[in-house]
Amino acid sequence: MTMFQLEFMQRALIAGLLTGLSAPAIGTYLVQRRLSLMGDGIGHIAITGVALGLLTGSAPVLTAIIVSIAGATAIELVRARGKATGDVALALLFYGGIAGGVLLIGLAGQGAATLNTYLFGSLTTVSQSDLYVVVGLAVAVLVVAIGLGPQLFAVCQDEEFARTTGLRVQLLNLVIAVMAAVTVTVAMRTVGLLLVSALMVVPVATAQQVTRSFRSTFITACVIGVLACLAGIVTSYNANVAPGATIVVLALAGFVVAATVGTLLRRRAGRARPLADEEPEVGVPAPEPHVVSAGHPHAHSQACGHKKVEHGDHVDYVHDGHLHAAHGDHWDEH
Amino acid sequence: MTSENDSARAVQVDDLSVDLGGRLVLRGIDLRIRQGEVVAVLGTNGSGKSTLIKTVVGLLPAARGEVRLFGTPVPRFREWRRVGYVPQRITAAGGVPATVYEVVSSGLLSKRRMFAPLGAAGKQAIEDALEVVDMADRRKDAVAELSGGQQQRVLIARALVSDPELLILDEPTAGVDLASQQIFADAIRERVAGGTTVVMVSHDLGPMDALIDRSVVMRRGRIVYDGPPHASQTHAHVHHSHTDDDPGWLTS
Ligand SMILES: Nc1ncnc2c1ncn2[C@@H]1O[C@H](COP(=O)(O)OP(=O)(O)OP(=O)(O)O)[C@@H](O)[C@H]1O
Ligand SMILES: [Mg+2]
Ligand SMILES: [Zn+2]
Ligand SMILES: [Zn+2]
Ligand SMILES: [Zn+2]
Ligand SMILES: [Zn+2]
Repeated sequence: MTMFQLEFMQRALIAGLLTGLSAPAIGTYLVQRRLSLMGDGIGHIAITGVALGLLTGSAPVLTAIIVSIAGATAIELVRARGKATGDVALALLFYGGIAGGVLLIGLAGQGAATLNTYLFGSLTTVSQSDLYVVVGLAVAVLVVAIGLGPQLFAVCQDEEFARTTGLRVQLLNLVIAVMAAVTVTVAMRTVGLLLVSALMVVPVATAQQVTRSFRSTFITACVIGVLACLAGIVTSYNANVAPGATIVVLALAGFVVAATVGTLLRRRAGRARPLADEEPEVGVPAPEPHVVSAGHPHAHSQACGHKKVEHGDHVDYVHDGHLHAAHGDHWDEH
Repeated sequence: MTSENDSARAVQVDDLSVDLGGRLVLRGIDLRIRQGEVVAVLGTNGSGKSTLIKTVVGLLPAARGEVRLFGTPVPRFREWRRVGYVPQRITAAGGVPATVYEVVSSGLLSKRRMFAPLGAAGKQAIEDALEVVDMADRRKDAVAELSGGQQQRVLIARALVSDPELLILDEPTAGVDLASQQIFADAIRERVAGGTTVVMVSHDLGPMDALIDRSVVMRRGRIVYDGPPHASQTHAHVHHSHTDDDPGWLTS
C-alpha cells in the first residue's frame, strides 16, 4: 500500500494543497503593504485559541479561528491608529497569545505533544471534519483574494490614493486582516502555527526574484506554495518529521535557487541589453518656453510717461493695468 | 445661496482650519473654485499647500469649517469618479513588484464594481492615459525600476485614466522633464477645453503656466493672495499681447 492510499495522507495532501494556495495568496498582499510579520503575530494569538478549544472540549479549529480573527482585528485597529505605541501593543498581543496558550494547555492537562501538533503541523491528526472546515475556509479566502484583487492591490499599493477613489479602505484592510487570520487557521494543521507565516512570505519573496508584475508574483507564489506543501508532506511522511519543518525548509531552498537564478538572469539580461541609448535629444538646452507678444505697440522709456515701479533688479512700467518690463527685443508681463 | 450655485462650484472651502500633530497648519481658509477654472496654488515650502489639497480630497479631517466637492461635504461625498488626485512625491512602488499598467489601472477603481473584470473601455482608457504621459512602451516594466520623474508620470496617468471632471494635482510635474511637461500640459489643455476643473500646486508651472486662470498664494497656513495669475509669483515668464485677437504663442 503506497502512502497515497492512506486515508490520513489523502486528507493531509488536500489540506496541504489548499494551504499552499491560500497562504501565499494572502501573503502577497501582506508583503506588498510591508506587513510580512502579521501572519506570525496572528499565529501566536491563535495558540491561545487552540488551547481554549482543548480546555473547553470544543473543536480547536473553531476556537482558533474566533480568537485569531479577534486578534487580527485588534492588530488592524492598532495599526490604523498609526501611533508608535502600535508596535508595542502588537508585541504585547503576540506574547500574550503564546503565553496564554501554553498556560491554558497546562490547565487543560494536555501535554506538550498535543500542543506540538498545532505548533508544527501533523499528518495524522487532520480529521474528516477538520478537512471540511479547511476546504471551506480556504475556498473563501481564495475567492476574496482573487475576486477583490484590484481593490486589495490598490489599498496595499497606495492607501491614500485608494481612499480618493472612494474605496472603503478601512473595511478592505479589515478584510485582509480577517483573511490572514482564516489562513492561519487553515494552515494550522499542515505547517503549524509557528511556521505559517513562513508559508505566507517565503513563496512571495521567491516569486519576486523572477517576476515584474503583481499578478505574476501572485500566481508564481501560489504555485511555489503548493509545490512546497505537497513535497514537504511527502518528505515528512518518509522522514517521519513534523510537516511544518519540511515544508518551510523546502520553501527556503526554493528561495535560494530562485535568488541565484534571478541574479544570473538579470546579469545576463543586462549584458545582452545594455542601457538603451534611445532617449531622444529633445530640448536639451531649451530655454523656458514662453508666450511672446505679437508686437508691443509702444516702447517704454524713462520719459514715456507711464508710471515706473521698482521691481527687484529692474523697472516695470504700468501699462493698461499691466506691469511691463523690457526683456531683449520684447516686453514681459510682470 | 441656491443649490444651483453649489453644484456649479467644483470646490468650496469655508473657514477651514486643519490641525496636524497639535499645530494649526491651516487657519481660516476660504476658497471657491468654479467648474472649469484652472487654479494654481503657490507658496513656500511648509506653507500648507499639500495639507489643503489633502483636506480637499478627504485624506485629512477638518478641525473647523468644511470642504464641499460639487456641493457635497467631503465626508459624505461619494462620487469619487469625478475626482482625480496626484499626490506629492510618493514612491509608486510597494513591497511587491507592480507594473506601470497595474498601477495606472488602479485609477479606474472609482468606476469599477467589486468582483467585476476590467472591460474593453477600461483597457482603452489605460492605453490612452499611458499615451498621454508617454509611457506606453514601458507598460510592462516594474514601477520600482523607473526613475523618479517616470514614476511621477505614472501617477499622473493614474489620475487621468478615469477622465475626472476635477483634477487635484500636488506638484504633478516635479522632477518631470520639459518634453514630458509639455505633453502633460497639452493633455490638460485638451481636458480644460472640455470643461475639466484643475487645482494644481506647483513651484514651477512651466508649460502649464499659460493655462492658469487664477492663482492662490499661501503663507503660514493662510491665503495671502487670490486673484489673476501674477507672473512674478510663478517665476514664469508671461508675455502680454496688446493686439486683442492675438493670444500670443509659445516658444521654446
Ligand atoms: N504629519 C504632520 N504632523 C505635524 N505637522 C505637519 C505634518 N505634516 C506637515 N506638517 C506641517 O504642516 C505645515 C504644512 O505642510 P505642507 O506639507 O502642507 O506644506 P507644503 O506647502 O505642501 O510644502 P511643500 O512645498 O514643501 O510641499 C508644515 O509646516 C509642516 O511642518
Ligand atoms: Mg507639499
Ligand atoms: Zn510706456
Ligand atoms: Zn518686474
Ligand atoms: Zn505695454
Ligand atoms: Zn522674455
